[in-house]
Amino acid sequence: MKTPLIEFQKVSKRFNGHAVLDRVDLSIYEGEVTTIIGKSGSGKSVLLKHIIGLLAPDEGTILFRGRPVQKMSRSERDRTFRQISYMFQNNALFDSMTVFENIALPLRQTTHLSQGAIEERVRVRMEQMELTDAAHSYPSELSGGMQKRVALSRALVIDPKIVLFDEPTTGQDVIRRNAILSMIAQYQRKFGFTAILISHDLPDVFFISNRILALNEGSIIFQGTPEQFEEFDHPFIDEFVQSLEDFQEHLTGIQSKRQFRVRNQMGLRRKGPQDSYVVALFTLQDFDQLCEQLGHTRGQEVLNAMGAYLNKHFGAVGGFSARQSKKQFTTFLPFSNLNEAERILKKFGQDLQKEGLRTIQAEAHVSQDICFPFAILAGFAESRAGGEEIDLVFKAVEASQKEIARVYCEVRR
Amino acid sequence: MDKQMSYTSPVTSLGRIALRWVNELGAMVLFLLRAFRMVFHPKQLPTIIQQVYFIGARSAVIVTFVGLFTGMVMGLQLFHTLVKFGSAGVLGTAVALSLVRELGPVLTAIMITARAGSSMAAEIGIQRISEQIDALETMRIDPLRYLVSPRIAASIISFPLLTAFFDLIGILGGFITGVMLMGLNAGTYFYHVRTGVEMEDITGGFVKAVVFAVLVSMICCFQGFYTHLRRDSYGAKAVGLSTTSAVVISCVLILVADYVVTSLLL
Repeated sequence: MKTPLIEFQKVSKRFNGHAVLDRVDLSIYEGEVTTIIGKSGSGKSVLLKHIIGLLAPDEGTILFRGRPVQKMSRSERDRTFRQISYMFQNNALFDSMTVFENIALPLRQTTHLSQGAIEERVRVRMEQMELTDAAHSYPSELSGGMQKRVALSRALVIDPKIVLFDEPTTGQDVIRRNAILSMIAQYQRKFGFTAILISHDLPDVFFISNRILALNEGSIIFQGTPEQFEEFDHPFIDEFVQSLEDFQEHLTGIQSKRQFRVRNQMGLRRKGPQDSYVVALFTLQDFDQLCEQLGHTRGQEVLNAMGAYLNKHFGAVGGFSARQSKKQFTTFLPFSNLNEAERILKKFGQDLQKEGLRTIQAEAHVSQDICFPFAILAGFAESRAGGEEIDLVFKAVEASQKEIARVYCEVRR
Repeated sequence: MDKQMSYTSPVTSLGRIALRWVNELGAMVLFLLRAFRMVFHPKQLPTIIQQVYFIGARSAVIVTFVGLFTGMVMGLQLFHTLVKFGSAGVLGTAVALSLVRELGPVLTAIMITARAGSSMAAEIGIQRISEQIDALETMRIDPLRYLVSPRIAASIISFPLLTAFFDLIGILGGFITGVMLMGLNAGTYFYHVRTGVEMEDITGGFVKAVVFAVLVSMICCFQGFYTHLRRDSYGAKAVGLSTTSAVVISCVLILVADYVVTSLLL
């Protein structure tokens, strides 16, 4: 059995007699993105502060790779916590230092790198976070979003093994929110660190998370994958998840996966068992490279424009779409059979190649002079209302995907 | 039972206050020792230089003004007093000894407390309530090393230098009133300054300056650093009260320590 990187065993914490954490048991595994969700005041930040050692539990044990923190020697504890970076909810930037100095601080104070090496690392990180122009500004001169990116840069500049993100997307607009999450996911894959996030951004955060922990009234009520969480039946889901989804403006302007499933089920109930429907899946290939080339914000805008384009196109034939994963969209065509769907998708592919890609580029505010090679794959499958489970249909659709449109960039000599 | 309580409660309160004071004093001493130990950390030098500039160089103007007018007032007062005894000639000795032994170290320390000590307490206090100190801890940067040690080191460097500067300016102030306004002979004034002041007087003044430097920097940093533990207020108000406490406690302890050090030196 895999040993958790971090494990809480019956951890309790009280403030002025009030139990903020009540016999919490949880496991966090190495190399994964774990997201902690819960209502405001449910103890999420307190939980993170226990992981980084800012707070000690009143009762219970915290283990790092199976070793209890309380039994570690001072130097061992120091070595363990040195691998962790923390991004504070309110950023905790040093307001008397410039952006550059803020990001350089952990390198200057905890490493023996030369001044030149520090400047180079900070410069690279600022470029990645689109902060170069703000290098000599003070935090108070920046917008909330930029301050967040400075805090993120500072957390990542030491190349940590574990990064804790306390609501990294709070106060961001929908594009920036998804850009930050995409950035976290990309860096997590690139550097292989373990990410622990606190976030309210459902369902956006599901696309980058390997595991979800739900904290309710000081106790962990769920630990598992995002897919398992969607099946999880608990009053907390109705109170928390549903309420968030109701007023959430999604990145793509289309439905969340959860809403999609509900609407899908309702649609199928109205049909006879032999009535057919078609599910199509669209994938934005090479999305990560696209983000690297255009920046994460532009990458999310491309995704946003793609969602709007799908909605416009298939809405006209009674279809509805949802974001399936970070770079995939699902479209449900309730009134079509396989032949009709094939015809519709063929036409869609032609339109997309002819003018759709250009429209998406314009909608995403990407200059027409910039060429970024990318392809859109599509696949579809037919099923019957009384047929197999929707997940099996998704698998069949994914297997049938092929390229339907591509942007070609001319190589200028 | 209630009657018994009413008799004992003032004693209990007094005991509680005494215990709190003793606890706080112990915490301050430990705080100082931990911070002082880290003064010699290899990465400290740039921060210490920055703090010497802030605590020392930028206090020079205010020290100049206070020193000058203190010397002038003393020149005037002592001249009129000494004339009554027919010893106006020793004005230089009287002004210089008062300044070097007592007024120089004490007034300089009080001036720096008002200017830089309050700022230390407020700055560290704000860093505490805005989680900047927590951020340092998460980055494995010891906040005592990064925030407190350089201020203590810079105070120990700056206080004696500013005291010496204050003494010189004060003697010049005495010269302005005694010689330029009252007509005392300039050679007599400086002759008595030179012959009246001995090396022990100067050393004693510097010892006091170092003691005050340690006290002021420790108290001001301690008050700011533990702003979040105040029971009487939270947030910005706590920072304000910590700053006030830092200045008041520092000023009182400067005078108490002055008496103790003087009695040990004499």
